[in-house]
Amino acid sequence: MDPGPITGTALRRIILEKSFQAQVGHIGSALSVADIMAALFGDVLHIPHPRDPERDRFVLAKGHASLALYAALYLKGWMARATLDSFRADGSPLGTHPEAVLPGVDFATGSLGHGLSMAVGAALAARLQGSPRRVHALLSDAECNEGSVWEAAQFAAHHRLDHLTAIIDCNGMQAMGPTRDILNMDLPQRWAAFGWRVRDVDGHDREALTQALSAIDGRDHRPLAVVARTVQGKGVSFMENVLKWHYWPMNAEQFRQAMADIGAPVTP
Amino acid sequence: MRKSFIDALAELAARDPRLVLLTADLGYTLMEPFAARFPRRYFNVGVAEQNMVGMATGLADAGFIPYLYSMVPFLCLRPFEFIRNGPVLHRLPVRLAGPGGGFDYGGDGSSHHGLEDLGVLRTLQDITIVTPADAGQARTALAHCHESPGPVYFRLGKDESFRLPGLEERFPPEGLTVTRTGNKVVLITMGSLCREVDQTVDLLAGHDIHCTLAVVARPHPVPEAALAALLATHALAVTVEEHVSTGGLGSVVAEVVAERGLACRLIRRGVRTIQPGLVGSRPFLLEQHGLDPRSLARCVVEALR
Repeated sequence: MDPGPITGTALRRIILEKSFQAQVGHIGSALSVADIMAALFGDVLHIPHPRDPERDRFVLAKGHASLALYAALYLKGWMARATLDSFRADGSPLGTHPEAVLPGVDFATGSLGHGLSMAVGAALAARLQGSPRRVHALLSDAECNEGSVWEAAQFAAHHRLDHLTAIIDCNGMQAMGPTRDILNMDLPQRWAAFGWRVRDVDGHDREALTQALSAIDGRDHRPLAVVARTVQGKGVSFMENVLKWHYWPMNAEQFRQAMADIGAPVTP
Repeated sequence: MRKSFIDALAELAARDPRLVLLTADLGYTLMEPFAARFPRRYFNVGVAEQNMVGMATGLADAGFIPYLYSMVPFLCLRPFEFIRNGPVLHRLPVRLAGPGGGFDYGGDGSSHHGLEDLGVLRTLQDITIVTPADAGQARTALAHCHESPGPVYFRLGKDESFRLPGLEERFPPEGLTVTRTGNKVVLITMGSLCREVDQTVDLLAGHDIHCTLAVVARPHPVPEAALAALLATHALAVTVEEHVSTGGLGSVVAEVVAERGLACRLIRRGVRTIQPGLVGSRPFLLEQHGLDPRSLARCVVEALR
């Protein structure tokens, strides 16, 4: 069966189906990045094959959005349906945070603040090897609380790693509440202060995302930070900006409602 | 030891283009010759150990063999989770090389004492821990481990000139070297402290106590067979380490004694209590913790009474 094209809706459908099936949370985060993942895996990343050494690298630094990544890998045809269906089952390689044993997962993540450093190393490797491959890391806004993010940001700016992009999923929510109440940060200003070129875009506008992520500015050799303005739980009426969907699974009625909301109603 | 190590690293780099050297802003006068010779493969990442380990994960994944340099506590403790989730979880050939295992930087204060590295790192399954006894063994160990597929940690000392008699710069595949053969008592140590323990053997010979001296160059993975053979043939084993007594070499040996059901009595000598504000030279601190030759000899004499 052809998995079909990579769209935000196709990704959301899988995210909802698999989280309902496994009865797990982290739904809001995965929905938040669905359009970013559609832009990346549909338009931006150059990955002829997940084991191609010259492929672009992608690091899901916010590993808790793994369902969005698994969905993208499935839609790309790099993950078997049976593997996708095993999400969170005993013995499955698909946990809530991705493991690097999976084709298409370059680095295992799950502990916030690690991903960008690995991406910086991957970008430095590409430069040393004279390769045109690019490196993209997808971080959460709350992840920018971690000091190690800024260690990595400093190195990338100092060494002018302009083939490196950090996308910050700026949904304004973190594990215990709104980011503005916990550690308020002006993210565009901060990334710019660390020497990065900054694009501030609508994180649910695929065209705008693709355009921002594809824009290589050869003049000043700065790495690129795309601050993607998103809504946690985007697309599902009762999940948008509601913190509990970081934790709670859906019941059957909520699942039906959610699928209807994204335009993929469950047929009875 | 660290200078010999970095010099040897430069020789290795001349032959292997995969080798890159990263420092977290330490190694003044040590790094410059390497940097001058291989400017494209040398990076001072700044005072940022976590990022250094994370970057090394990305570099190693792309085929490089990154060597990371900082002092033991900053290299092993600060970025521990990056080591765990990076080179260990991804099984990548990242090398950590740190001077200051033990009290090498005694006068610099407690923050600079490297006393927990072995205990912490040996909780990780797929890392090799190397504790060279002298600069000669450090060079050999480097060459021996360079092609290892997984991560390796080198606990380096400061002394360049001392050579432990009987070691002859070998890095034993079985993990330890017996440099002196006695009876009844075996002293088991690692790293720079082998010098003091070797002197202890001399002192004890004056009391007609003849000790076997085993110098562990690779405490992890545990050199189980070699340790078990020694423990089975001696009535008393004394482990001596410039490391806290919890989780280090003494614990390694205790695990072998317990799991093999050996009858050998074990005394673990190491750092038992860390007294805040106690600063001093390495010899002074060794004496404070009962790790100098006279204290060690007294311990053995009393144990045999």
